[in-house]
Amino acid sequence: MERLGVFLCSGCGIGEALKLEGLTAIAEELGAAACRTHPCLCSPEGAAEVRAALDDGTVGGALVAACSARAKVEAFAFDPTRHAVERVSLREQVVWSHPAGDEDTQALAEDLLRMGYARLAKAGAAKPLAEAIERTVLVVGGGLAGLTAARTAADLGHPVVVVEKAAAAGGSLAALAEVVPAGPPYDTLHANPLPGLIAELTANDGVRIFTGSTVASITGQPGQFHVTLATPAGEVALTAGAIVQATGSRPYDATRLGHLGYGASPNVVTAAELDAMLAAGGLKRPSDGAVPRRIVFIQCAGSRDPDHLPYCSADCCSATLRQIATIHHSHPEVETAVVYRDIRTPGQLERFFLAVQQQPGSLFLRGEVASVSGNGRLEVALRDTALGGDAALEADLVVLALGLVPNSADGEAIRIHSDAVRRAEKGESETQREEARKVAAQYASHQGTEILHLDYRQGPDLPALRYGFPDSHFICFPYETRRTGIYAAGTVHAPMDAAAAAEDGAGAAMKAVQCIVAAERGEAVHPRAGDITVPDFFLQRCTQCKRCTEECPFGTLNEDEKGTPQLNALRCRRCGICMGACPERIISFPDYSVDAVAGMIKAMSVPEEVEEKPRILALMCENDALPALDAAATLRRGWNPWVRVIPIRCLGSTNIVWIADSLSRGIDGVILIGCKSGDDYQCHYVRGSQLAQTRLGNVQETLQRLALEPERIRVVELAHDEFARVPEVLDEFAATIEGLGPNPMKGF
Amino acid sequence: MTAAPRPLLVVGGGIAGVTAALEAAEAGRDVVLVERDACIGGRVLRNHHYFPKLCPPTCGMEINTRRLERNRRVRVLTGARVTACREDGGGYEVTITHAPAYVTERCTACGACTPVCPAKVKDPFNLGMAEVPAIRLPHPHAWPKRFVLDRAACPDGCHACRDACTYEAIDLAAVERTETLAVGAVVLATGWDPYPLERLPELGGGRSPDVISNVQMERLAAPAGPTGGKILRPSDAQPPRRVAFVQCAGSRDVNHLAYCSAVCCLASLKQAIYVKEQLPDAEVTIYYIDRRAPGRNEEMLTRVAAMDGVRLVKGKVAKVEPNGAALALRLEDVDAGRIVRAEADLVVLATGMVPRSQDTSVFATVIDEDGFAVERPGLAVAGVAHRPEDVAASVRDATGAAARACIAAGRSA
Repeated sequence: MERLGVFLCSGCGIGEALKLEGLTAIAEELGAAACRTHPCLCSPEGAAEVRAALDDGTVGGALVAACSARAKVEAFAFDPTRHAVERVSLREQVVWSHPAGDEDTQALAEDLLRMGYARLAKAGAAKPLAEAIERTVLVVGGGLAGLTAARTAADLGHPVVVVEKAAAAGGSLAALAEVVPAGPPYDTLHANPLPGLIAELTANDGVRIFTGSTVASITGQPGQFHVTLATPAGEVALTAGAIVQATGSRPYDATRLGHLGYGASPNVVTAAELDAMLAAGGLKRPSDGAVPRRIVFIQCAGSRDPDHLPYCSADCCSATLRQIATIHHSHPEVETAVVYRDIRTPGQLERFFLAVQQQPGSLFLRGEVASVSGNGRLEVALRDTALGGDAALEADLVVLALGLVPNSADGEAIRIHSDAVRRAEKGESETQREEARKVAAQYASHQGTEILHLDYRQGPDLPALRYGFPDSHFICFPYETRRTGIYAAGTVHAPMDAAAAAEDGAGAAMKAVQCIVAAERGEAVHPRAGDITVPDFFLQRCTQCKRCTEECPFGTLNEDEKGTPQLNALRCRRCGICMGACPERIISFPDYSVDAVAGMIKAMSVPEEVEEKPRILALMCENDALPALDAAATLRRGWNPWVRVIPIRCLGSTNIVWIADSLSRGIDGVILIGCKSGDDYQCHYVRGSQLAQTRLGNVQETLQRLALEPERIRVVELAHDEFARVPEVLDEFAATIEGLGPNPMKGF
Repeated sequence: MTAAPRPLLVVGGGIAGVTAALEAAEAGRDVVLVERDACIGGRVLRNHHYFPKLCPPTCGMEINTRRLERNRRVRVLTGARVTACREDGGGYEVTITHAPAYVTERCTACGACTPVCPAKVKDPFNLGMAEVPAIRLPHPHAWPKRFVLDRAACPDGCHACRDACTYEAIDLAAVERTETLAVGAVVLATGWDPYPLERLPELGGGRSPDVISNVQMERLAAPAGPTGGKILRPSDAQPPRRVAFVQCAGSRDVNHLAYCSAVCCLASLKQAIYVKEQLPDAEVTIYYIDRRAPGRNEEMLTRVAAMDGVRLVKGKVAKVEPNGAALALRLEDVDAGRIVRAEADLVVLATGMVPRSQDTSVFATVIDEDGFAVERPGLAVAGVAHRPEDVAASVRDATGAAARACIAAGRSA
């Protein structure tokens, strides 16, 4: 950007705490095309001045030195395809957090202005993508979640293709006459909505359903997924804009629960087998075909068990209640007993539980099942019962309420396996090949589990979170899987009951449609929804190191045969992790680049050693750490004035050249503050903090070789609400740096 | 060429409403989001942490506010209520009543007004557990970042805040105003209120300051709470040695709420972790009927059950009453099969969620026998307005509700 304008705000105490003439002088020194001061820049009048200067061409880009970039966003939002705008946080980072009229406070403000100017100078206007986008939604899986997704997308005006592996659509609930209530009245069974849904979709010309079919391959990106289906009539090729994966779940393998008698007696059946029996119209004891007098249901068969499924499957309690209600309706004489640890019927389903509990012949007994024995008539031995101690129940039929296992494939694990197989053959040394063989053996069970068959460098399916569910930010942003444009729904997504699975299908369809609309507009999806910038790869300088293709959390980049990254911009979420990974610094965004941050570091003043004023760079994640700092400032909590903050998109976008530049310039310490990593990560880009830790670990080793103290570099994880802690972290780091003494590189 | 579809109306700016508004807007729809409070975030922002990840709700809300700021298709009306609604063929014609804007959009949040304010009010953000000036920023992460004034608390003739404001952002003569909008469909996301402690006198609710609700416990643990995040007994500001959690306080009880409130078990498990992290020597007991931790939330139960100094006791607490400086509990211990007495310094009642049906009646909404709204075409319902559920489920069905509202409002051109 050229002809930069500096717009200083003197409001909110800035004018009283700082010598604005000092800032104006810096703007002149830097060669600003204009420098104006306004008593309240965010007011309609103030913002209009900035807008007018941009519109009439007086300035090509605006540096707004006022409040935090997180404040008054709408006042300073200008067309990103025409203008670059940067913000300097004089209010939060300077006058609200440092003493007025102080020399260090003034120096801080002047530095931040220089740094903001340097960043703006490197900024360019955004050029949005304009690609041909296909509006079809592909739904993989034709059960309740998938079909609800299909109907929702169709009703939103999108063509839909459903792929179902089985011979008929409908999934595990299709054959039921009645289902658990999903609305009032809650104390009774409701008619199964699935047959109606299937009929509606079959009659809809905009919906094509391929049964007995699977996905053979998917290439491309959101808006342009090229899909090949394997159908009974041969291969079918189509293009889809977005994908809903609703591949459901299967019951846990009952033969692994030996003490529950499955396989030992024909009269021990699974809940799914009982459903099939009921759908076929007969309640019969398998051993002799007689109607059972007493049925015992065993809850948590496999679930809530560290040796089997550590999670609660969330559906089994209400499914058992449904089966009991169905049986008592057709066979009022049959007694039922449920052995449970906790009955889990959240919300209004409590009314359903009460209604079933109150039926004559319905018993609920809390306890653990020790064993199921016998052959014709069975004995269920219990321990730790609510009645105190051990007990036994006789049963003609035992039903195992088996937990659910997601029908997912862990794309990352499959990738690790196939990479290891390749290395085991073509590794450079025998040690490497041996190591690869071990990894391949460890991941061998993932071989052949592919569902989506994505042609992605990072694996053919969604990466799985714990327990194999392909989920990501499951509290705040439950549809954010780690492959853009592909959304999981139903029991493959998380353990849930049927009503929740239908709701989830509708939500996933909304996200799929939204992704297509965003692609049409050339906009990013979550979390930087609406961002129209696209990363630029200067491939002439690429050394095929593959770090970017490996580290992208969203599988954006494929590789050609040589290992050169191939950008699929519509998969990109604009986190900048590739930019941080690149040792050649060839990846940049118009408004965020290695060069721009390096320019900011270069613009920092670094006092001479004799001044005894260390200089500290804080690279702070704009999602959590920076808001915490703003909140600290809002509460007027101060921190060390030697710290200069550069907001970054994600800790993972940190390029180690910034650290090297800082230290070689004589900056005394660098602190990186980002989000929590690990299983309960809070990083919106999944593993930014983790990647930064790894990169920084390597830098610290280099420091030791250069006889520089590794303590000069620190990575801290900090949550959004830790506004009380963030000043302490900065102060403590400043004290450490002061204790270390000046950076010996100063003056070189 | 068809006309652009009418905007959607989303009622309620808690997590469900904000999600529904954003999901529709990011799919290209115009949306009007109406929130009665001065800022968005509703109940979730009053939580210290979410279960099971124990992460702060402000973290996700940060992304959501950024999405709102960047998206010109959502018009956010805070301090506003829908006061009339009629079906008009193309959807609904709604009347929106804006509370008087004593602090206007010119407010920069500079803070000059607060120190000069002579009036104090009970802090609604902290559920009345602290006093704050009548003019203030509602909380450190408030969005919009704008001050609010409780005008009713102003001393007669006082205009100290207006005099202190450099930006002409205070209008003490502001009046209520209304506007009428034609909308294509509605998403009701009106949320819930905690079941009032006063309705549970047998459990000590309203009878002892040391019997608090689970939502109050969230504020005690939160850094922006009345104690700066320290868990202290309200009566003497001392850390409690024995903390008792009483589950199903009001819920699963035909004399109070017949339904299960779905989140209280996990809230108490989470709060047991708050207590043990701050006060490792404290004894924590959770009295329950069933431990309801569905899905992967089971991890929380496993984790807490294994903690030293935490006991989970199956039993329905029948009575809580003051006993000297402590509280005496009487309960039926189902495992031991007898009536048991216990003592605690702090009792947390895991009170249930009550739908705000008073906010849905203007839409002539059908409600179920528990007061939860029932969806109909053109009127989608999201979050706890239609069933007790946790944040993750609210977000999921808010996304689905956004889809159904878009469908009802007509396909985009």
